[in-house]
Amino acid sequence: MDMNLLVQVAINGLLTGGVFAIIAIGLTLIFGVLEIVNFAHGEFVMLGMYASYFLYIFLGIDPYLSLLIVMPVFFFFGMLIQKSLIERVMKARFHIQILLTLGLMLFLQNFAQFAWSSDFRSVKLPYSSSVFQVGEFIINIPRLIACFLALVIAGVLYFFLKKTDLGMAIKACAVEKEGASIVGINVERIYLIAFGIGIACAGAAGSILLPFFYVSPNVGSVFVLTAFVIVVLGGMGNFVGALLGGFIIGAAEAIGELFLPGALKQVVSFVIFILILFFRPMGLLGGKVD
Amino acid sequence: MKFILPVLILLFLFLLPLFAGTYLLHLMILIFLYAYLGQSWNVLGGYAGQLSLGHATFLGLGAYTSTLLFIHLGVTPWLGMFVGAILAALCGVIIGFMSFHFGLKSHFFALATIAFAEIFRLFATSFQAVGGAQGLLIPLKGNDLYALQFVEKDPFYYIALIMVILCTGIVYLLQRSKFGFYFVAIRENEEAAKALGINTLRYKVLATGISAFLTALGGSFYAQYVLYIDPHGTFGVLNSVDIALRTIIGGTGTLLGPIVGSFVLSPLSEMIQTLIGVGRGGVYMMVYGAILMIVCIVMPNGVFPYIKRLWK
Repeated sequence: MDMNLLVQVAINGLLTGGVFAIIAIGLTLIFGVLEIVNFAHGEFVMLGMYASYFLYIFLGIDPYLSLLIVMPVFFFFGMLIQKSLIERVMKARFHIQILLTLGLMLFLQNFAQFAWSSDFRSVKLPYSSSVFQVGEFIINIPRLIACFLALVIAGVLYFFLKKTDLGMAIKACAVEKEGASIVGINVERIYLIAFGIGIACAGAAGSILLPFFYVSPNVGSVFVLTAFVIVVLGGMGNFVGALLGGFIIGAAEAIGELFLPGALKQVVSFVIFILILFFRPMGLLGGKVD
Repeated sequence: MKFILPVLILLFLFLLPLFAGTYLLHLMILIFLYAYLGQSWNVLGGYAGQLSLGHATFLGLGAYTSTLLFIHLGVTPWLGMFVGAILAALCGVIIGFMSFHFGLKSHFFALATIAFAEIFRLFATSFQAVGGAQGLLIPLKGNDLYALQFVEKDPFYYIALIMVILCTGIVYLLQRSKFGFYFVAIRENEEAAKALGINTLRYKVLATGISAFLTALGGSFYAQYVLYIDPHGTFGVLNSVDIALRTIIGGTGTLLGPIVGSFVLSPLSEMIQTLIGVGRGGVYMMVYGAILMIVCIVMPNGVFPYIKRLWK
């Protein structure tokens, strides 16, 4: 086995993992705070991609710049979804909660298909294929930027949760929602905000993906299951965990692709998933366990 | 007095093929099949309260086992389906034992079942020996009882109807048996059940096994009815959701939930499909998704309890 190939593949995997991490960060927040298994999460990534795509096509706004528009818009969009849909099943059994997010996933995915057809689209930016070389190895620039942004987002959220009042209120709701409401925290408002942030992250992931990934209504499904694996791997509600998990899964799948034929590379993620669920459900870095 | 309505309905159902057209029979067969699968799922998901989103694994195992045995060894599906069911039950017991031994509950258990479902789907897609992505075509035999194949839909209709009735009967007996009470106790409060001395691990695994066994039988029926199986249509998360869906909508843990759910959902989706058509792709599924959401919000306990209240 060519060592260089292995390392190159691992590097590509790590870089892809960065994007997975951004998606997982939003998911882990929602999972950690609201305890909702948001199957529709991937669809918000997809919508983020379309949003940035159209902003680029019609207004010439660079995807990275479009983050400034996409994130706030998706934050409010997330709050809207939370208020109108999720909130209504917060007290229902979680069979129903899951079914709701599944229904939402179907709705959003097919809405995209209806509105924009299944055609694959992509943008070609001047830097889409830019690379730089470190010794023998090639590093794709947009993917590197994606990683960097993943770190930034994780860092910002980490400090937000630790240092601000709102952040601590969110943590409080995640850990003990009855206690939080007893001390005067408006739990419903916190849920709104947390969900909003989670969706904003999903949308951001879409924008960040645009330079190097194709856009289509089905893109969401590609990411969502892997995102769940990462969330559990890193620990539910743990951002740094989501970051770490993203890199690990990215690398694992990339290396898996080298050794396993075709579709089987995903089996790697799912096996890791099951092993984590069995042996370390709190994740590598510790998170919520039922 | 209160038995009159169910008896009339059953009578009607048994007589239906005499005057129903092919399309209606097809629709009814699907309704019965999904009601059957939903009822099988109900044992684990409804009564024992462990939400499984991986039941397609058992459906697929049943379908593939009986089909492969028929294609390669000429074994009649009537026998093959039980082989498949036993295999599925074994799988269910293993998956259940591993998951419950490690204490997986609610979300985590659901996620584990999803992982297993996808792993099976990926394996089925990747190995040509079991058909790979193209799937398996069952050799046409026309009207052949041994091969469990019929040209007309009527025999399938009756088989499906009997399967639903038998399955519901089994669940009814289960419900009133010691096992049934243990399942419900575990569902309602596992810690309390343990405190009462119930070996919760054993009964959860038992529920998984029974549920898997029944589901697999349905899988074999499905294979014989459609005469073509592939990983996309039998394994994976989406098919698992389909299996659980009717029961969740109809009311988990209720005897008639899966049946009501199936009778509501299938005609509904057919109606939407007819009204909207497949045309501008996606609209049908959009409406389907919207309806799912609406049902969840408006009837979080399922349709059946709602109807039960209206009935009173």
